Amino acid sequence: MISSEGFQATFRYISMFVEGLVCTVSLSFLTVIFGFMLALVLAVLRLSPWQPFKRLGLDKNGHLREEGFLSALGRFNPLNFLATCYVEVFRATPMLVQLFIIYYIVFADVSLPTFKLFGSIRFDRFLPGVVALSLNSGAYLCEIIRSGIQSIDGGQTEAARSLGLTQTQNMRFIVLPQAIKNILPAIANEFVTIIKESSICYTIGVKEIMFAVASIKGATYRIGEPLIIATLVYFCLTFPTSKIIAHFERKMSRGDKR
Amino acid sequence: MATNDKLIQVIDLKKYYKKGEIKALDGITVDIDRGDVMVVIGPSGSGKSTFLRSLNLLEQPTSGTILFEGVDITNRKVNLNVHRQKMGMVFQHFNLFPHKTILENMILAPVEVKKVPKDKAKAKALELLDRVGLADRADTYPIQLSGGQKQRVAIVRALAMEPDVMLFDEPTSALDPEMVGEVLDVMRQLAHAGMTMVVVTHEMGFAREVGNRVVFMADGKLLEQGSPDDIFNHPQNERLKDFLAKVL
Repeated sequence: MISSEGFQATFRYISMFVEGLVCTVSLSFLTVIFGFMLALVLAVLRLSPWQPFKRLGLDKNGHLREEGFLSALGRFNPLNFLATCYVEVFRATPMLVQLFIIYYIVFADVSLPTFKLFGSIRFDRFLPGVVALSLNSGAYLCEIIRSGIQSIDGGQTEAARSLGLTQTQNMRFIVLPQAIKNILPAIANEFVTIIKESSICYTIGVKEIMFAVASIKGATYRIGEPLIIATLVYFCLTFPTSKIIAHFERKMSRGDKR
Repeated sequence: MATNDKLIQVIDLKKYYKKGEIKALDGITVDIDRGDVMVVIGPSGSGKSTFLRSLNLLEQPTSGTILFEGVDITNRKVNLNVHRQKMGMVFQHFNLFPHKTILENMILAPVEVKKVPKDKAKAKALELLDRVGLADRADTYPIQLSGGQKQRVAIVRALAMEPDVMLFDEPTSALDPEMVGEVLDVMRQLAHAGMTMVVVTHEMGFAREVGNRVVFMADGKLLEQGSPDDIFNHPQNERLKDFLAKVL
């Protein structure tokens, strides 16, 4: 039941929400940064033209072989292969499983310093949380970036290459500026998802907003009121985030207006 | 050139798809000399565009050789970018860069590829734009231009690199009829100025008037070539006669 007494009881523990808010914001912020950096690297790997066995795919005149094992080997790109494996594994397994594996297995034998960030966030739990969230969102953001790059009309690249631009110059001046504009809505979506998904870290004892809800429930035997407050706090975080990115989107679409 | 005035030599060029089931180019051999205005005609699906796009390796041929200024550019070990700078290309769908202004479209390659100072590149770009009557549109974005204006910009964008040859891939096919003339005018001026040009087009009037050589292609083969007079007034090949009967 929801009652004003319940809210009063909950508000006595409001400082836990503040701590939770600080934690959620730092968790999401670091995840966005590391996740995006990881995604850029993965996307570059996925689209890299590196073919270490290219020479094997050429015949004696320097022309590409048409078929056969050597032709396939010539086209094989180990970087793309590894990045694709990574993305597929992280997208095909539950976030909770990844989080537990990172926390209970990967960091099991790592003795992290136990100091507290901002006076309340335990670093030895916070760091595995950031790592797991970043690894996961990196996989999703990679696919967003890759699809954005591939959505640009091939004629753009043809025009750039016919002018003598290298593949790198083509990416930098022609493809990426257009791709980023196209994928901004999807990126905004992913950022909002990260803020919401970060709540999963309460399962490993990171004191974010949902951890505050659970603690207050234990102290007051109220669940409805803390949940309503948590909902409001999450909304106040995610809504402005998408609005801010929408603003940048408008700024970047100047070439679209007649 | 020390060797001769052959700018591009195409030797037995083949482009197969699906392991040879589809032969887009089936052994094309042709020379393009400096100052030539070669017009390539033929029914759709005959391999005209594939041929043109092979000349600067936007299309990787299955076999055959293309010598550009004496260098075999089909050898994957040569640096293509160096040679592509000298081959301007104009596309059916313009392919202007929509996120850049007209002026930025024009100076990008000169500044980034040829390392021309920005001021010089701008001055040159404005001069070229003036030549096609679009100097006042330098600071607008491509979407604000009509199709004919876009194609004129695309032509001068390629010219800004001071190429040795210009390749036109159906430059008027995507245009509204009333805009075809303005683009052909620019191309005509270019031909009179002595530019080497290879033009894939359905504009028979242009082929007749501006071309000094006309090439007829069908089924990936080069079936007949000659002066416009030979091709249009004295066609030999049955396929060519048939084609001309339909288009003229």
